[in-house]
Amino acid sequence: MSPNQPNPLALVCELTHRCPLHCVYCSNPGELAARATELSTESWISAFHQAAQLGVLHADLTGGEPLARTDIVDLVRAARNSGLYVNLITSGLPLDESKLDSLVAAGLDHFQLSFQGSNEQIAEQISGTKTHGQKLKVLEWLKSRGVAVTLNFVLHRKNLHQMDEMLAIAESSSATRIEFANVQYYGWAFFNRDQLLPTRSQLDEFLAKVKAAEERLRGKVRVEYVVPDYYAKYPKPCMGGWGRKVMLIAPNGDALPCHAAAVIPGLRFENIREKSLRAIWETSEAFQEFRGEAWMAEPCKSCDRRAQDFGGCRCQALLLAGDPAATDPVCSLSPNRSIVDSIVQTVPASEAPVKIGFIYRPNPA
Amino acid sequence: MAIDTNSKPQLAPGVRLGENNNQRVLLMPERALRLNGPSLEIVSRCDGKHTVAQIIVDLQKLYSKAEPHKVESDILGYLDLLQKDRALDFTA
Repeated sequence: MSPNQPNPLALVCELTHRCPLHCVYCSNPGELAARATELSTESWISAFHQAAQLGVLHADLTGGEPLARTDIVDLVRAARNSGLYVNLITSGLPLDESKLDSLVAAGLDHFQLSFQGSNEQIAEQISGTKTHGQKLKVLEWLKSRGVAVTLNFVLHRKNLHQMDEMLAIAESSSATRIEFANVQYYGWAFFNRDQLLPTRSQLDEFLAKVKAAEERLRGKVRVEYVVPDYYAKYPKPCMGGWGRKVMLIAPNGDALPCHAAAVIPGLRFENIREKSLRAIWETSEAFQEFRGEAWMAEPCKSCDRRAQDFGGCRCQALLLAGDPAATDPVCSLSPNRSIVDSIVQTVPASEAPVKIGFIYRPNPA
Repeated sequence: MAIDTNSKPQLAPGVRLGENNNQRVLLMPERALRLNGPSLEIVSRCDGKHTVAQIIVDLQKLYSKAEPHKVESDILGYLDLLQKDRALDFTA
């Protein structure tokens, strides 16, 4: 690690890949970690301590479904005691009021609850489960306890029209943040892209409503909106730059620069059972591979935006251009932008009469 | 939204002070702000007891070499920024 190499700021902890939901856009990798390979409570606790020592500020406890870990309360407590800000990224089940009380007592800082849309029908279509009602109950429990909460609505062509109803759910809750995050097309969403990718006019209509909501709720609720990369002019700074801010720990202890990095062939991930977080951050090949600018080709190499977006998403470059070191093909300056354009141009204006089935994310062994 | 100097700011749910490598930080969902000198003096008074006006007077005393008007506008600007980040609740 060069003296200029900043320490990671967030540790994304995929505590398990098990999940009661089967969302068709899950960000987990195609190959899910089996329960038998999951890290022990002690290994996670050690990771939290090491992370805090390394300068990490936030622990994002996610999955799969982090509440599927029976030791979740102990993990929250340990992360908080290490000095980390503890964020639970969850579908809201399995959870009851006494479990929530235990999590809060253990030091949970923030609860991020995901929604599949505004009603039970869309929840079932997207997640293969009837879980919307439970989420609404969880919102009530959070409100009565004054727990800090962000609502995360995951957006795509089948629910963008539900904006007003989604906003109504958020406004009747105690949420201080709302994320309207469009699906990005890697992980399971890549397999289901044809059915999820919205049209430009859907997005435009949605964006106008978001702007109005943002204005109206200023100072009360922070509204954030994430466009789908495919419709962006420039790529997003994926993970804040490869190996620059975030370290992700997979359920089996592999340390990755991002959720999807396992799709990139030839990357070798080190495991926190064998090496310290610091050693992995500083020396692991996978973290070095696309760190900084040396790996960049043109047009990134001489681009004014390279310190802003870091060339975009490596996994997307692989999935679309077949080369993880290429400029993210969503960039309007990429020689591969035509690949994205041709995908976007084939999005039908309305639902096809013949419905193609979704590929649902299964549960690991 | 203009800030009412008679209101009492306090940290919003999910926002708290933290420390890492001897650096005080304001922790909030997905964000952290480094706190140094004046920003730390301001945030540590966002306790639901001090009014904005009191915070201004306190800091004008603390930074008596600075132009009082400049101190006031810096504080209001910083509170506004924190409010946009949804880091503060203001009570009457």
